[in-house]
Amino acid sequence: MNRLYGPLDPAPDAGYQDPPARMGFFTDTSICIGCKACEVACKEWNGVPGHELTMLGMSFDNTGALTANSWRHVAFVEQPVPAGRQTPAFAGTPTGPTIAPAAAADAVTTTTDTGTEPGLDPGRHPDSAARMAAGPEFLGMPASELPGRQPGREERTDLRWLMMSDVCKHCTHAACLDVCPTGALFRTEFGTVVVQEDICNGCGYCIPACPYGVIDQRKTDGRAWKCTLCYDRIGDGMTPACAQACPTQSIQFGPLDELRERAARRVERLHAAGETTARLYGHDPEDGVGGDGAFFLLLDEPEVYGLPPDPVVTTRDLPDMWKRAGVAALAMAAAVAVAFLGRPA
Amino acid sequence: MAEAHPVGFQWVMEAKERGAKVIHVDPRFTRTSALADLYVPIRAGTDIAFLGGIVRHILENELDFREYVVAYTNAATIVSEEFRDTEDLDGLFSGYDPTTGTYNPESWQYAGQEHDGVRFDTSTERETAGGLQHESHGHPVQGRPERDETLRHPRCVYQILKRHYARYTPEMVERTCGIPADKFEEVARAWTENSGRERTSALIYSVGWTQHTVGVQYIRTGAIIQLLLGNMGRPGGGILALRGHASIQGSTDVPTLFNLLPGYLPMPLVKHTTFTEWVESIRHPEQKGFWNNARAYSASLLKAYWGDAARPDNDFCYDYLPRMTGDHGTYRQVLDMIDGKVKGYFLLGQNPAVGSAHGKLQRLGMANLDWLVVRDLFMIESATFWKNSPEIETGEIVPEECRTEVFFLPAASHVEKEGTFTQTQRLLQWREKALDPPGDCRSELWFFYHLGRVIRQKLAGSTLSRDRAILDLAWDYPTHGRDDEPSAEAVLFEINGYEVATRRPLSAFTQLRDDGSTVGGCWIYCGVYADGVNQAARRKPGREQSWVAPEWGWSWPANRRILYNRASADPEGRPWSERKAYTRWDPDKGEWTGPDVPDFEKTKPPSYRPPADATGVEALSGIDPFIMQGDGKGWLYVPSGLIDGPMPTHYEPAESPVRNPLHGQQANPTRRTYRRPANPTNPSPPEPHSDVFPYVFSVSRLTEHHTAGGMSRTVKYLAELQPEMFVEVSPELAAERGLVHLDYAHVVTSRAAIEARVLVTDRLTPLWVEDRVIHQIWLPYHWGGEGLATGDSANDLFGITLDPNVLIQESKVGTCDIRPGRRPVGKALLDYVADYRRRAGLTGDHRTPILTTDAVEREKP
Repeated sequence: MNRLYGPLDPAPDAGYQDPPARMGFFTDTSICIGCKACEVACKEWNGVPGHELTMLGMSFDNTGALTANSWRHVAFVEQPVPAGRQTPAFAGTPTGPTIAPAAAADAVTTTTDTGTEPGLDPGRHPDSAARMAAGPEFLGMPASELPGRQPGREERTDLRWLMMSDVCKHCTHAACLDVCPTGALFRTEFGTVVVQEDICNGCGYCIPACPYGVIDQRKTDGRAWKCTLCYDRIGDGMTPACAQACPTQSIQFGPLDELRERAARRVERLHAAGETTARLYGHDPEDGVGGDGAFFLLLDEPEVYGLPPDPVVTTRDLPDMWKRAGVAALAMAAAVAVAFLGRPA
Repeated sequence: MAEAHPVGFQWVMEAKERGAKVIHVDPRFTRTSALADLYVPIRAGTDIAFLGGIVRHILENELDFREYVVAYTNAATIVSEEFRDTEDLDGLFSGYDPTTGTYNPESWQYAGQEHDGVRFDTSTERETAGGLQHESHGHPVQGRPERDETLRHPRCVYQILKRHYARYTPEMVERTCGIPADKFEEVARAWTENSGRERTSALIYSVGWTQHTVGVQYIRTGAIIQLLLGNMGRPGGGILALRGHASIQGSTDVPTLFNLLPGYLPMPLVKHTTFTEWVESIRHPEQKGFWNNARAYSASLLKAYWGDAARPDNDFCYDYLPRMTGDHGTYRQVLDMIDGKVKGYFLLGQNPAVGSAHGKLQRLGMANLDWLVVRDLFMIESATFWKNSPEIETGEIVPEECRTEVFFLPAASHVEKEGTFTQTQRLLQWREKALDPPGDCRSELWFFYHLGRVIRQKLAGSTLSRDRAILDLAWDYPTHGRDDEPSAEAVLFEINGYEVATRRPLSAFTQLRDDGSTVGGCWIYCGVYADGVNQAARRKPGREQSWVAPEWGWSWPANRRILYNRASADPEGRPWSERKAYTRWDPDKGEWTGPDVPDFEKTKPPSYRPPADATGVEALSGIDPFIMQGDGKGWLYVPSGLIDGPMPTHYEPAESPVRNPLHGQQANPTRRTYRRPANPTNPSPPEPHSDVFPYVFSVSRLTEHHTAGGMSRTVKYLAELQPEMFVEVSPELAAERGLVHLDYAHVVTSRAAIEARVLVTDRLTPLWVEDRVIHQIWLPYHWGGEGLATGDSANDLFGITLDPNVLIQESKVGTCDIRPGRRPVGKALLDYVADYRRRAGLTGDHRTPILTTDAVEREKP
């Protein structure tokens, strides 16, 4: 039986003999320019349907979230906080207080039908969106008052515009795969997690199982869809479409071991250059999902990008639960036996 | 750059990774700013004040690369004592004629050359955008101008420049541009510290600089800085124009412009009655430099057009060439359509109904043609204006009555045809065809070849002399394939040029002859087919050749990758530093050498000094690196060739909410205007009522869409990324005008009112300008009425006012009002805009004043 927790190499664990190196993505958000080429290239290659033509107002993000119809999603976060060692963007200009938290809070109410279930992340609330955009010093929601009219608030001088291309994490311990009753979700020889569209029966168990809210159901066909890490391309020695299209190498594809080393060096360089908030996310085999096959370099807390701070594979406790269930069943059986045995003859 | 050129921006990111400091100056905080080390907000239209401040910083602190400046620029040259600066004349240079609105530049000349018989006709030059021909070479310079290499002479260019920019202090930059003085000084320091012997800086601009009434002078100011700092002709330096889309460089080299022939040969004027007259007007017999051979370039071009029919004894069929009578630029043409003077029009991959300034005039012009041919990938607004445009809604165009017959012809995309792209480095790269175009889609080459073939068939046997120009054309390209596609390589071969007798391809433009023995379709491209090999198709990987990669593609001229690279060595021919070594003189071999093709006569030693009577190439000395300039020097000061002055001066945009802080002269006094009621200009100070349009607006592109949207709003995966027209405002302006995030607002000018969703964002900031708060708003210009994502067009807001040198429209800055809610519809929209015009005083015979200083009058004795 597969192990459900702790560090391991998933392909051999899944039974592959001498599999190739585990492949993954390292997405370096410090050089992402928000061009969305990854979103488009992914849709082109994989034939992913389009979504509604609706402006969300979440900065330049009109995709909203990872859904069955968007397997790469570029988040845009405007924050009134310093960006590295940059001279404050608006120092000396006649600015008032920031609009970023209010605009972000407003934007989460614009969610429209993506043709998927649950579609845009149901966990997003105006308050949390505002907190994301405000940075560490969130002063509370500015309520319904017009922007710029709140007396006593500080002028904005700093601005940071974060961009980050999100994707399925291809967890070492993938709960979606663990709960799939049909075997539609499977572990590939590259250690990635893929849904087989001709086997998926649309039961939807995988959707609440994902600790990141990635996998999602398409209403038109009822099946679950997500990033395949371009299984059809990497099997032929090609680079996944998103990484191929990325103009700045923000999305890097390769053997996970190499990517982890490269990422560690990159963080060191950024720290030396004054980007002291740079950190890796999902790189650690000791974390709650055993490390991600797709991990990230972030410039702020994961929550700011809409990522869970400490994801844990939702099936972690299954063995314990089975153990307890087993103990309970034994106890029950014993009790029954005792009951029968104890009956006076 | 990250917004509009994301693929090119990878190199900026790579440079940043290697320690480069990235500075971004922009009215709004963009994706580029997000990745920059320093973001500097600026008031749109004030770049000369900003860059002039840098020039002053360099000169006042003597930070110029003195040895380079003295030897390689015209800093030491003495200017006429008749010259008067804008500092003397309240914003005008000497020689201004208020009746024509142009200058007589005689007094701008170098000393001793003021009255040497060269007659200036700047009015005609402006009409015909004469400055464009100088993309490849400067104006002529007679004789040997006087120089003072100590740079102390009060009339030497260096001292004139210093006086001209003396008032461009950090405080003045702050007052004019809204850039805090300490931030400005941070930029000035970074730029100058990264220039000199050991280091070079590059300057990158795009249409944010060109689309202004002073656009040419913006770039001139950049050129002055780069010359003063010694950043020209050296690796890692230069000025790079990022183009609006693929091969824009190619479309000026082999031009689609009304006033140029291939290789920057000027289109003849009606006064040039013979071939010789035309050629002499180009080459100026006494001129120094390579342009002296213009007769060979021109004869070979006419041979390419008319083949065997073009002979020395008939002036190479020169009489078949159309000649210009004046302004036939794209905006003049549109007005001529409205006036019924232009009857037919071809549009190829262009969508002026959305992409050009003053959309309403564009559409009304096209609605008054006999016929219009549109070739495009998708059904665009410029093909459907007669049934789907804002003017249908207002009743200005009635579909049943619109007279224009529109022929829509589907075009092949770039992957469905072969040919070259020429990019900003002048590099030609060959493109293979990946697949056949679907259905009736065809390439431009196919279209024009077969159109010409059919027309020639119909005219065959005609004895009318007017048909000879068509019938005598050399129209014999081989065709192949299912659709009889003409061979693009055969066309490239003809552009390259060949010897008529042997059809042997030429390898250098020095082989072109003026006796009819050579054909050459574009002299600067000569060599792209050297040795019968398509040099543009070379793709040797960088790791297999030198770091300059001369075997990747082919660049004009002569496969040279850095122009004027003689300047990368000191006057004695030694590299300025080993770190920046490039081209050097090898005294043992007696030749110039380096990783690139030296941009100098190979064996002319640094010590060469020309004899007194020398002309042409021979007249350039061994220390004249700028070989296409009349005197071989980089021009800090331009004595002739520019319509609006020898040095860049800050003028306010044609529409501005503030008075020019530097001069009484408000805006460029030579700007090209078209006065007619349908083309009003919003009032600017000192005119009254500028408060009716109190805000500055600018338009530009989003990464997600391409120019007028014809190739992106029509594609689902792109349209969904930016699905709706929007307007960006700062929180401060939102508060002032009651604009709410994601609600509608409308933007009004004296031409139009358009609506958009509101994006209130911290990325915009108000600025302090002259103790006033100036708000700037920003709009993307991609939307129109066709495609999947539709919306109002931002370019409808602009009027038509042009740069005088190249006739490019000012469509990066204007003034406007913004109000919450949607705009009125139908006839009410016309009334609404008319009411704004009434309040702004733009009624009846209102004329926008061009001259706003009486300095010239005051000077008169």
